[in-house]
Amino acid sequence: MLNISELLDQIKAQPFREIEITTPHTGVLTFAGLALGDQVQGPQGQWKEKRGTLIATLERERNPKPICALEKGEICALHTELEGKFVQANTPVATIRHMLTREEVEHIILKKTLYLFRAPERAKYYFTPEVDKKIHAQDEHSVKVRDGMELFIMSRMKREVHLPYTGPKGLIYTVYFKYNENIDAGAPLIGICTQEQLPAIEEVIMRIKTEWTGR
Amino acid sequence: MIDNNVEKRIVALHERLVYLKDIFAGKHADDVNLLDDRLTSFRQRLKEEEVSDPYSDIASVEDLFSYVERKLDSSITPMDKVRIVRHPQRICLRDILENVYDTFTEVGGQDEYSLDPSMLIARAVITRHRGKKTYHQPVMVIGQEKGHGAEFRNGGSVKPWGNAKAMQFMRVAETEGIPIHSYVFTPGSFPIEDYPGAAQQIAKNIYGMAGLRVPVIAIISEGGSGGAEAISLADRRLMLSHGYYSVISPEGAAAIEGHLKSGMRATPELIEHCAENLHITAADNLSFGYIDRIIHEPPLGARPWHFDFFRTLRQEVIRATDEVIIQTRLLPVLKTLARNRHTRPNADLEGLYIHWGLSAAAKKRLVAKRQKKFLGLSKQAACDHRPWHAKVLENLSDCISKPWISFKYDFYRKHQRKIQTFMEEIDNEWETFKHRILSPWRKFRRDIEKKNTKQGEELTALSVWTKDSRRKKWNYLSPRYKIDQTLTCPNSADYGCLDLWGPDLFGEFAGVCSYCGYHFPMEPEWYVRNVFDRDSVMEFNSEIEAGNPLAFPDFASRIAKAQERNGTRSGCMTFEARISNIKIIVAMLMGTFRGGSVGAAEGYKFVEAAERATKKRYPFLAYVHGTAGMRIQEGTHALIQMPRCTVAVRRYIEAGGLYMVLYDTNSFAGPVASFLGCSPYQFAVRSSNLGFAGPGVIKETTGIDIPPRYHRSTEALSRGHIQGIWDRRQIRANLKQALRTIGGRNLYYR
Repeated sequence: MLNISELLDQIKAQPFREIEITTPHTGVLTFAGLALGDQVQGPQGQWKEKRGTLIATLERERNPKPICALEKGEICALHTELEGKFVQANTPVATIRHMLTREEVEHIILKKTLYLFRAPERAKYYFTPEVDKKIHAQDEHSVKVRDGMELFIMSRMKREVHLPYTGPKGLIYTVYFKYNENIDAGAPLIGICTQEQLPAIEEVIMRIKTEWTGR
Repeated sequence: MIDNNVEKRIVALHERLVYLKDIFAGKHADDVNLLDDRLTSFRQRLKEEEVSDPYSDIASVEDLFSYVERKLDSSITPMDKVRIVRHPQRICLRDILENVYDTFTEVGGQDEYSLDPSMLIARAVITRHRGKKTYHQPVMVIGQEKGHGAEFRNGGSVKPWGNAKAMQFMRVAETEGIPIHSYVFTPGSFPIEDYPGAAQQIAKNIYGMAGLRVPVIAIISEGGSGGAEAISLADRRLMLSHGYYSVISPEGAAAIEGHLKSGMRATPELIEHCAENLHITAADNLSFGYIDRIIHEPPLGARPWHFDFFRTLRQEVIRATDEVIIQTRLLPVLKTLARNRHTRPNADLEGLYIHWGLSAAAKKRLVAKRQKKFLGLSKQAACDHRPWHAKVLENLSDCISKPWISFKYDFYRKHQRKIQTFMEEIDNEWETFKHRILSPWRKFRRDIEKKNTKQGEELTALSVWTKDSRRKKWNYLSPRYKIDQTLTCPNSADYGCLDLWGPDLFGEFAGVCSYCGYHFPMEPEWYVRNVFDRDSVMEFNSEIEAGNPLAFPDFASRIAKAQERNGTRSGCMTFEARISNIKIIVAMLMGTFRGGSVGAAEGYKFVEAAERATKKRYPFLAYVHGTAGMRIQEGTHALIQMPRCTVAVRRYIEAGGLYMVLYDTNSFAGPVASFLGCSPYQFAVRSSNLGFAGPGVIKETTGIDIPPRYHRSTEALSRGHIQGIWDRRQIRANLKQALRTIGGRNLYYR
């Protein structure tokens, strides 16, 4: 079984993700004047409509193309030796060290520990009335699932079909869909963990929530 | 112990002082401080019971206030007037309803329980007495309500559905045959695109008002751009002396003039400078002829306690309504007598009763007069350089062509239907016969042509892109096709479009991304040469030139530069052309000429084009290569083009014409909110944007962040603002198809 505490310790030992920015195609590189250690921003705005910080410009056939930061972070490598030079596609331009946020750490841990049951097709999903009652009365952790159990009602264009759960036996740890909303095919519906894992996951998530600050 | 009455008068004086401070924004500090000191010392003395006769003392303070107000009123600037009309103490529509009309019932909602609380609609009654008889005259009162700063009124900024509600009740008034009094108290319309859409609804309002068969009187206090136009196309336009009527708010003009980016604020000096140069005051607008009369207000503007002012307003509103009724009369003697009685300055209008109902014929005359009035406005603001002999020749040709066209369409066509049907049948039979006879010969020719094609050469030869025959399918290529450069499609991040080579993109591809279909903007010439039949374009009125009618600083040189760069004298090109031999009249707004803004010259040309289309009975197409709105540097000369051009369009459509609009690149603001948005058939070229206000202005005025592609033509189509989206390469085919299907048999008559 996966040791969740060990996983958290591993993340704590390296609490960042390094993103390598490469050239999308050939061209002449011109750097935007950033230095090692500078802070950069990723795309911003409600719809991520504002570009990230400009790192360099790649010009090919008199067509300058901006190369921008994809995430918030710090520049930990910058290949300024390529300034003014013609480079090939996929040449590394810079590396951004992005410090993991609390949500990202939670996401990594849950992704590794939970079994995700995904939507087979684009539709609206509901729990069966019994399961729904149970979730409303207590919480989702109270629902035990097993392979072949009738768990969902899949509704599309007034067509309602019962959808059985397939996967390992366990508890519903988290529900990813909302009432009356269309879910794309392949998107996760629920995350399942085993009865034994539940206290460990809850403890780790609690620790992340309290300890992971200011990153 | 302070007397209650004295206390009330002190509070009133304090409010007057606050008002003074607010509207002068730090100016005339000496006078304001003097009043402040006098009021403070009086209150102090009253508190310490040193005043023996408080009534006489407070009267002297009030006199001093009145004296200073009168003195400052003479030095008031246009920007001060802007602050006056926006002040919470300014009279609002409810004050007018309570004090000008004898009784009223709100019909458009109550306070915040309304579809749009910033639009107030009421049925009101004016009671007049002649001798022993009493007459109750109902009117429909429509106007923006600012509500003394009540937040839910949104400062009189009306949402699209508020304007729709106004139009609904204008129709009710028309059905009931009662006059409409519209009061304009708006800084501008609320710029959102949700159905029915700010621009499209204003356009519908203006179009509707151009043909309303009841008298309409507009009274303007704060006439901010399109929001004002939505309810002010009237037979008589009165303006309050301390109001303003402008194409844009001085702050908006300053942001444009100062080239400010979103979030930056213009300096007070620049705003003051713009207010001064936009000529927004009542006196300015009266001199231009855009309003009919000024109603004088008390010093520093009317406030709810100025009861004399309400009496004056009542008199003026009654006088204007009576005048409109009188002007529809036929008998000249009675008309002159009645007019003379009413125009006397000391006339007691309460005692001069005139029935406000109109006969069917009088209603027609009323609408015709209103339309004629608006069509005649602002001609002086455009520079018409057409030689006199050309104008005489045009009039002469009109004299000849009018009876001929009337004969051709009204008489000949009607009786030729049977013959045409017969001829068509004969023709069909002949074509079938010819096809059978000639089919072996055609097959033989096709086979020979196939053998002669140089397919092998095409596949192996090196590319000579400047002489490439693939580009020959276009009559005109953008000059950018000669630039050896690649371009990136703006959708490349979403669709993974590869870079496009300029000569291909602007040559063969007609500016369309071959991966996702994004349309890069093209020059106006591209459309003129590629959409219409070769050598069929005949421009007219090219001598009408954009000018600088307000003598706006540094603007003449900017216009000259635009003229030189574009090789045209204005931003609107009007021409006759053919599409597969279908004759059509086109007015093209060019986005390359000062952003395609519409000023007096552009409006003049548009109206002339619509009239030419009416005369010749051709379909009329407004092709909008791009428009940024009305040209702010021309002030109300530009703004008046909104109702003016819409009137021309309405007259054309009512005469039976087919009016179509095609939007390209970016089309925003005034033109969309009037003569373009009123068309029943609006189409857009793919990747174009259209709407009322740009994202920056929406953020600035409403505080709402709008998603990317909010103004895309696809969104406009989803909202029901336009009827279809066309590919640029298919414009010619689609236009031909639309003319055939929408235009019907004669392409003109319904």
